[in-house]
Amino acid sequence: MNYITDDLNLNLVLSIFFLPACTLLILAFFKQYLFRRGDVLATIIMGFCLFFACQLLLNLLDTKSWTLVNQSFNWIKNTNLQGGILVDRLTCIMLVIITLVSFLVHLFSTKYMSGDIRYNRYFCYLLLFTTSMVGLVLANNLLFLFIFWELVGICSYLLIGHWYEKTSAYKAAIKAFIVTKIGDLGMIISLLICWQAVGSLQFVDIFTALQSDVLSGTTRTIFGLGLFFAALGKSAQFPLHVWLPDAMEGPTPVSALIHAATMVAAGVYLLARLFLVFDNETLLYVAYVGVITAIFAACLATVQTDIKRVLAYSTISQLGLMFLGIGVGVYSASIFHLGTHAFFKAGLFLGAGALIYGAQHEQSILKFGGLRRKMPKIAVCYLLCTLALVGFPLFSGFWSKEAILTGVLNFSSNGRLEDNSNFLVLASFATVFLTAFYMFRQFFLTFTGTPRDQEIYENAKDANWQMFVPLVVLSVLALVAGGVIDSSWFRNFYPQISLEQQIQSLTGIALELDNLVYTQGLLQAESSQQLVTVWSIALVFGGIIASSIFFYFNYGSNLNRFSAIFIYFDKLAKTVPNLLASGVNCFAKLITVFDNLILDKIITQGTTSFLNFGGSKLSLIQSGNVRNYFLFSIIGIIVLTILLTN
Amino acid sequence: MEFNKLSSLVSLFTEPGTQLEHYLFISGILFTLGLINCLLRNNAVGILIGIELILNSAILNFMAFWHFLPQGSDASPSGPLAAIFIIVLVACESAVALAMLLNLNFKSGTIEVDRANKMKN
Repeated sequence: MNYITDDLNLNLVLSIFFLPACTLLILAFFKQYLFRRGDVLATIIMGFCLFFACQLLLNLLDTKSWTLVNQSFNWIKNTNLQGGILVDRLTCIMLVIITLVSFLVHLFSTKYMSGDIRYNRYFCYLLLFTTSMVGLVLANNLLFLFIFWELVGICSYLLIGHWYEKTSAYKAAIKAFIVTKIGDLGMIISLLICWQAVGSLQFVDIFTALQSDVLSGTTRTIFGLGLFFAALGKSAQFPLHVWLPDAMEGPTPVSALIHAATMVAAGVYLLARLFLVFDNETLLYVAYVGVITAIFAACLATVQTDIKRVLAYSTISQLGLMFLGIGVGVYSASIFHLGTHAFFKAGLFLGAGALIYGAQHEQSILKFGGLRRKMPKIAVCYLLCTLALVGFPLFSGFWSKEAILTGVLNFSSNGRLEDNSNFLVLASFATVFLTAFYMFRQFFLTFTGTPRDQEIYENAKDANWQMFVPLVVLSVLALVAGGVIDSSWFRNFYPQISLEQQIQSLTGIALELDNLVYTQGLLQAESSQQLVTVWSIALVFGGIIASSIFFYFNYGSNLNRFSAIFIYFDKLAKTVPNLLASGVNCFAKLITVFDNLILDKIITQGTTSFLNFGGSKLSLIQSGNVRNYFLFSIIGIIVLTILLTN
Repeated sequence: MEFNKLSSLVSLFTEPGTQLEHYLFISGILFTLGLINCLLRNNAVGILIGIELILNSAILNFMAFWHFLPQGSDASPSGPLAAIFIIVLVACESAVALAMLLNLNFKSGTIEVDRANKMKN
């Protein structure tokens, strides 16, 4: 009986992976035979995948164990290179998020992208992305994870550059690709180190190596930092955040799927999956980078005028909070926030997409205003998702953000950090305030007040059902995901035993690692919960009131000057990657000189001119006279004879 | 030293009975004549004849060595076999060469090799 259950689960997992892959092939090769170029087929298949993922989740809840499927197979014979599938709670959460958002985005795109010149190709890329993302969370070793990690990067590149006729679009695509590649360098270093130190890339073996101190000291630190660097690039954290705002050049549903809900969360997923690998110093780096990104992106979001760029900076900021959660040890809270964030941020992006579609592809919030009368359905959904994002009490974002903030407060009151511990707390609370401020700035400017551009206002249309259904689903999830799912499912993620359970179910060994013990210590002190609740509610309301003063009641003539400070901020922030780039540039110029002088002039050109000269001289021998040739051959024979007889 | 070599050459012809050296001497002369013929003749057919001479000298060598084998020439017909093979080879070679010469004649109206020097550099 047990065997059959396992087999069923494996089948479910494989069908979640292979169904989109096969549909992709059908769409790519038989597009002219398919109804509406195959979009309906793709959407229905994604619906099935969502169903399977939910079924898998229910099966896992039934078994009450941590791991459902863990199967490896030899990928290349006689080596330690193994492929494999690992399905545990973390994977299941990710699977449900990915398939749900992907399904809704497919549905949304059937309307949003209709009439596009590369309609079929767009759906192919979406399916390819879904397949790769599912593969990424299913992988039970670093190698497969890395392969799919790169594949989602490529899909991101292809989809950002979907409208490649626009110069800005293809530039943004290249930028996104290159910046994430810089991060992936760290991943490769980690892979090599792991192969060298552990001799295998399986997660199980890595955890076992940690237990037996094979992976320790500097090796462990560098391994962790490499992974962290890869996560920085993928999750758009400071200073590799520069690609995400530009990535908004892609179609809006793509932004919802890739640049809000799933791909950018892959960095957080990686850190959570290999949480035990990181030692305390690395975790501290993670926390600081996370909190700096969070507050800095929130500052920048307050001055953006493009509706999608506001959301992009908001995504960076929220991902920073997730990094912060991982850094202070509450990785389960980060995954919880990842889930809720996926719902409400995808909802916001799809809402923005519906809005842009209804407003003749105008994206500047300065030209909107009063749209709630023209687009009531979108406005309600957008408001729900916004409230969830700012962490309004009882919305999903409230629970997840509170979990992270509690972790931060415990971390700093734990006394492990002497000097700057207050910085983490203050910065994360300031982020909560700023989040409320910029989200409601955007909401007020878009949906309330008087129309600023009469033409857009007159022609504005509300969402039709393909757009409305995804919005409603995501808004409802944004409303209830925290309360319902949290108590029954994510809470199981919290307890300190869960981490041990996870490792034990994989390796069969009880682990005692410093950061594990450390996390346990954090979670035992939950006295600060009430403090966090009170403060975060107060800050959220403060932010909403502040932005309503400026943007709803319009007391804000000085606000532009106030906002201008943040633009300097932006410039300042761009100097770091710019400095990095100019450093690389100098190095590149040095190499160019070496290349031009030594490689080109001496080696390459020298060789060719020597060969040319020799060839022109040698060709004189070739006189065309048969008797000369005969003489040469005889001389050759004589020389050979002399050489051989000696 | 020089004198010794010369005297042995003289004794080759003064001593009675045919020796291996006699055959080799004739063969060497044939080979040299053929070689010189090949190098100096302008006529392509002449060069072909020179090649025949060179190969004939080789045949002569084979037969001579076979005849003076220590265990006697009745042991195996290896010498004549090699000779027959070479004759077959020569026949093939001259067939091919004559065909080429015929083509050369059609193309350029001559079989003088000095005038067929277009394929240089």
